Amino acid sequence: MSPAPAVDIKTLTIDGKEVSARAGQTILEVARENSIAIPTLCHLDGLSDVGACRLCMVEIAGTPKLFPACVATVEEGQVVTTSSDRLKKHRRTILELLFAERNHVCSVCVANGHCELQTLGQEQGLTHIRLPYRNPKLEIDGSHERFTLDQNRCILCTRCVRVCAEVEGAHIWDVMGRGIDSMVITDLHQPWGESACTRCGKCVQVCPTGALFDKSKVGSPHPKYPEFLPALQMMREQQ
Amino acid sequence: MNLEELKQIAASTRDEQAKFDHEINICMGTGCLSQHSDTIKDALTKAVAASGKNAFVRRTGCMGLCAAGPLLLLTNKGSEHEIVYDHVGPEHAEKIAAALGGAPVAELQCDLREHFESQVHVVLENSGHIDPEKIEDYIARDGYEGLVTAVTEMTPSEVIEQIMKSGLRGRGGGGYPTGLKWSTVAKAVGDPKYVVCNGDEGDPGAFMDRSVLESDPQRVLEGMALAAYAVGASRGFIYVRAEYPLAVSRLTAAIRDARRKGLLGNNICNSDFSFDVEIRLGAGAFVCGEETALIASIEGRRGTPKPRPPYPAVSGIWGKPTLINNVETFANVPPILRKGGEWFSGIGIGKSKGTKVFAITGKIANTGLVEVPMGIPLRQIIEGIGGGVPDGHTFKAVQTGGPSGGCIPAHLLDLNVSYESLIEVGSMMGSGGMIVMDDTSCMVNVAKFFIEFCMTESCGKCIPCRAGTAQLYTLLTRICEGEGTMDDLDLLVDLSATIKETSLCGLGQTAPNPVLSTLRYFRNEYIEHIEHKHCSAGVCAMSKAVEVTA
Repeated sequence: MSPAPAVDIKTLTIDGKEVSARAGQTILEVARENSIAIPTLCHLDGLSDVGACRLCMVEIAGTPKLFPACVATVEEGQVVTTSSDRLKKHRRTILELLFAERNHVCSVCVANGHCELQTLGQEQGLTHIRLPYRNPKLEIDGSHERFTLDQNRCILCTRCVRVCAEVEGAHIWDVMGRGIDSMVITDLHQPWGESACTRCGKCVQVCPTGALFDKSKVGSPHPKYPEFLPALQMMREQQ
Repeated sequence: MNLEELKQIAASTRDEQAKFDHEINICMGTGCLSQHSDTIKDALTKAVAASGKNAFVRRTGCMGLCAAGPLLLLTNKGSEHEIVYDHVGPEHAEKIAAALGGAPVAELQCDLREHFESQVHVVLENSGHIDPEKIEDYIARDGYEGLVTAVTEMTPSEVIEQIMKSGLRGRGGGGYPTGLKWSTVAKAVGDPKYVVCNGDEGDPGAFMDRSVLESDPQRVLEGMALAAYAVGASRGFIYVRAEYPLAVSRLTAAIRDARRKGLLGNNICNSDFSFDVEIRLGAGAFVCGEETALIASIEGRRGTPKPRPPYPAVSGIWGKPTLINNVETFANVPPILRKGGEWFSGIGIGKSKGTKVFAITGKIANTGLVEVPMGIPLRQIIEGIGGGVPDGHTFKAVQTGGPSGGCIPAHLLDLNVSYESLIEVGSMMGSGGMIVMDDTSCMVNVAKFFIEFCMTESCGKCIPCRAGTAQLYTLLTRICEGEGTMDDLDLLVDLSATIKETSLCGLGQTAPNPVLSTLRYFRNEYIEHIEHKHCSAGVCAMSKAVEVTA
């Protein structure tokens, strides 16, 4: 019998709590294992991390820089702060930027009450938006028989892009354009209904807002179940 | 190829050149070429032949003083003295040919002694003296001596030691110590390793890398080959903007010639060191100058940055250790190997060693390219070498570091230019663009210009940069149109802090710098726009301003 591989264990402090972790784990993973909440939007258990939403930024003692907890790995003796006035301020500004970027009108949104952006706004104490709303004119793609893409609600977290490429293996989603004009598209910007979509619906389940929704849920509550991902991953690994 | 063969090529090329009594070098960089310096070369060749003078006409790369182009550099056998003619046209060809050997043509002679004499040329040492498409010209000026010596006589760690000793730092913007970067890649585990030359120069008003690639492409290739030898790489990429067609064609020719001479390819100098270079064209995205985005682009993917670590030194192109340096950094390497690290560290000041090439543009008399030792006072660059602000206007500020840098006002002109000193005053070295502004420039409008640049060049991946720059642009537009409020100033500062501290890559992290530095030094102009609805530079139209009657 070969001996079990040696596991390198690191100990660190997160928000004053001493915790242990395996080398290579991210700060976010370890924090959540220890019931320390760090807000996230683009991160989703079961998908690769891109570090795009910048909400999980944390402070590490000894450097003025901020680090995205979803990709920053643990180090021995690290002292991490996940919530400070500076971080809260940045998180609120980022949420303001998201709310002002496109047309997030909760009252008429299919995801109202089940939206991660909305929930985060409430959790972070966002009471008003100081920035001018950009009110862009954006399209709704209703060409798919089961689902709709509403660009007005998209926050470009790219969860749909990743789940389609990494889990479903179809990669019909990607990002087009750059900067403020970036847009998620299906295939090479063909209508969703005419794309190579496999109709699995994973993208709809992982979408944090009302950008991707099931047509049959319009007018009724539309909770989403991204928890299927880790379960699916576990089942695949066992096979 | 060994050192003896190399020296033979050098000697025979020099002998060939020594047959002529006069050398006429015509700038055929993009600047002068746009003024048809190629027709001047043809006219001169004819005129020289007709006059019966024993002269040689050569095309060369950029001589720096682009404002006075087309430029011509004349040398006479047995004399160190160089004569520069400016504003040359094909109609002057006969006059120039006739004057060879006698007194120079007075009306064409360039009298900007200070411009040329206060410069120190390391990177640009061959500019104006060699034909960029002739590898023999480069070899005749001691080119490839560093590489051949290193490969045949030195170990890779000795090469790195020289770079460490030289104190060379990255010339692309960050100023990361080059020797440290090389030793990190050398220690990284993975095969193959890659060397990448970053020529995706995108700052508005910057053309240092373009000029180096156009004027002396072999120097960059030699620098890359030395780096490859030092870190153990076998493949290299030069990432150049497709907007630089001349640089691309000269590089292509340079790579071909270096391969033919056995200075690139398999078993260089009969050793077991093999290295070859490929050109990759950028499709016009500023963000692809950021190293992780550049890697994605080379791999054929969408050019968006990735969080670091892992750093490219450990996991770069296709997950392999990758060394990325800027064009100018590589161009500094051959002379360091040739003359030794100590020689290089003797130039400069403090932790900033060597020279820096700057592209001076904007409201300045001598627009063009200059190379100065680190530590030189900014005033000497602007007023001495640059010739100051023309047309009786007064100097207001100079923007260094492109859209990532900041502006430096008149009262800080005595600053000695170094990586540290520029950061201290809220700007940065950046890649070396310097945009001079005078009293006809509105600083709010300048900030708006740079933010607009960052907004359109943001890749859109992370929200602070994507939407934050767009919001900054909206706020600045509001102020420029006379609709701004004092609350907008606080919002500008708040938003800038979030963009700076939370953006994913360098583009976003530095994007608010022009706003912050203009707010720091020219807050009065913002207040003037907001409270008095007035733009004293006369740039902003204030079209939406509502007149308030008391």
